[in-house]
Amino acid sequence: MTQAEIKLCSLLLQEHFGEIVEKIGVHLIRTGSQPLRAIAHDTGTSLDQVKKALCVLIQHNLVIYQVHKRGVVEYEAQCSRVLRMLRYPRYIYTAKTLYSDTGELIVEELLLNGKMTMSAVVKKVADRLTETMEDGKTMDYAEVSNTFVRLADTHFVQRCPWVPATENSDPGPPPPAPILVISEKDMYLVPKLSLIGKGKRRRSSDEDAAGEPKAKRPKHSTDNKEPIPDDGIYWQANLDRFHQHFRDQAIVSAVANRMDQIFRSLPVGYNISKQVLDQYLTLLADDPLEFVGKSGDSGGGMYVINLHKALGSLATATLESVVQERFGSRCARIFRLVLQKKHLEQKQVEDFAMIPAKEAKDMLYKMLSGNFISLQEIPKTPDHAPSRTFYLYTVNILSAARMLLHRCYKSIANLIERRQFETKENKRLLEKSQRVEAIIASMQATGAEEAQLQEIEEMITAPERQQLETLKRNVNKLDASEIQVDETIFLLESYIESTMKRQ
Amino acid sequence: MASRGGGRGRGRGQLTFNMEAVGIGKGDALPPPTLQPSPLFPPLEFRPVPLPSGEEGEYVLALKQELRGAMRQLPYFIRPAVPKRGTTILIPKRPPKNTEDKEETIQKLETLEKKEEEVTSEEDEEKEEEEEKEEEEEEEYDEEHEEETDYIMSYFDNGEDFGGDSDDNMDEAIY
Repeated sequence: MTQAEIKLCSLLLQEHFGEIVEKIGVHLIRTGSQPLRAIAHDTGTSLDQVKKALCVLIQHNLVIYQVHKRGVVEYEAQCSRVLRMLRYPRYIYTAKTLYSDTGELIVEELLLNGKMTMSAVVKKVADRLTETMEDGKTMDYAEVSNTFVRLADTHFVQRCPWVPATENSDPGPPPPAPILVISEKDMYLVPKLSLIGKGKRRRSSDEDAAGEPKAKRPKHSTDNKEPIPDDGIYWQANLDRFHQHFRDQAIVSAVANRMDQIFRSLPVGYNISKQVLDQYLTLLADDPLEFVGKSGDSGGGMYVINLHKALGSLATATLESVVQERFGSRCARIFRLVLQKKHLEQKQVEDFAMIPAKEAKDMLYKMLSGNFISLQEIPKTPDHAPSRTFYLYTVNILSAARMLLHRCYKSIANLIERRQFETKENKRLLEKSQRVEAIIASMQATGAEEAQLQEIEEMITAPERQQLETLKRNVNKLDASEIQVDETIFLLESYIESTMKRQ
Repeated sequence: MASRGGGRGRGRGQLTFNMEAVGIGKGDALPPPTLQPSPLFPPLEFRPVPLPSGEEGEYVLALKQELRGAMRQLPYFIRPAVPKRGTTILIPKRPPKNTEDKEETIQKLETLEKKEEEVTSEEDEEKEEEEEKEEEEEEEYDEEHEEETDYIMSYFDNGEDFGGDSDDNMDEAIY
């Protein structure tokens, strides 16, 4: 793991789980697999704290454990899984587009809690949906269950590895840690539950801020102490399935854009005649993008989608776009030229791009030092004499993609740090504003007059309001940028992964 | 492209490759030498592309911020245990045995103190699980160790908090 990735993991863990979990998590990412006591010793943390931190990390699928020889249990962190936390909003939004609010909340609960039983998810989501409904209306458990089943059927949620049912053939001492198994056929199997009930609203009388809460309600147990019907059967979000969906979306929209470019004037309807469809496919197959390939002519030919090429094109487009935005459109022209021609000499670049030598040189060097372009030596003679060697500019897409990916990690880390800095700078003002809001809310609840509310609102002066506005705008911008960079990370990682698989 | 050793020794000024091949003609002015690391914030030549706006962008942004807030409230967010200022040490209620070793007494006191800390930190966490969003939550942080600085937080005080944050009676002007 690069330093940039570790830094980003550290920020994410600290922001979502606090310093202690961050310390343990980052330590494991740095050192690899370690047993409990070594972690406590190396980080100078009490055993108790380490256990708590590991619980949280394991619960959220960020750390796994393995029983080694001689019964030693070692814990291992999954750095790339930590980085996926950046994508949580995107997973949840996707669930919303596919399975509406119910689906959205199911996935959200699973991501927030790491692992949950189906019954717990259904109950929680039904409660949350009921809160948003009109007075008197409630969400039925059955409806939530149905959506859950659909999510399982389409593999967006999956079973967590489970403890296998033992036949008690081995009456020896239990292993130091349970050995979990998964099986393809059971991974999406929904237990037969009859969850009957409706969502409950939080009763407002429970929320008298001054007094103690009515009963110390621990978050995890049900209100009436019923046995949990599917105890031990835990579910998690299946991130790979979401990634598949994103990838498909990216390819479809890229092709759609392409089609737009070529066929803007043609009407596109659902009853496309066979001949027209044929033409479309041929055009797609001939298109330099190479997303669709034609394999054979039997039965009119079979068209396949070349995933690897598609991802490569997307990655390349990303690189082009970055060059354009960083160095300008003339640089981008040179970049595309070198991409197209694969290898070019200095002179050839000047000629093909029709850019004067001095400027072309300058641009090439800028891109060279940014590692978007590389120089390749081709000796003409076996003695590699410089005067008799070709020096060709070329684009190595894989290494440029890696370089850019690394930069993305750094970028997001910077964005997060800046956002935290901005928030910290204005901490006092933020707290004041929160206090004022709380006062106003409680006054409104007890029916205060408009004039009184006005008075309280004026506790925040106009320049302070301005400051808060600016802060909000900046934080929003930084957050939105994070989301944007993560989209680029997804494209680049997909391409790199696809390339590595083929090697 | 500079030759090793700053050009001292034999063959000074010679390069391992042909300059002309990469486009530096003889007598061309080379770019000025780099005497310091590149600036931390180099001047931006081109304005960045605006961020995507629209319903989807807004929704995902709001989701992100909500999630961040929500995760801080969940029991998975572990705050460092606050060593209470002025920890009361429980003194065992029994007549002091003169025969008892000093060491033993100190050990007993330490274990009792640790137990009390554990209990209070456990209580703290339980309280945090049940409490709704309250600003008082911020005070659970050990102020001394709030940020990653070597200075205790009172070092940063600039007198702002002097006079108390009295929100109750805002009729009087604050000077």
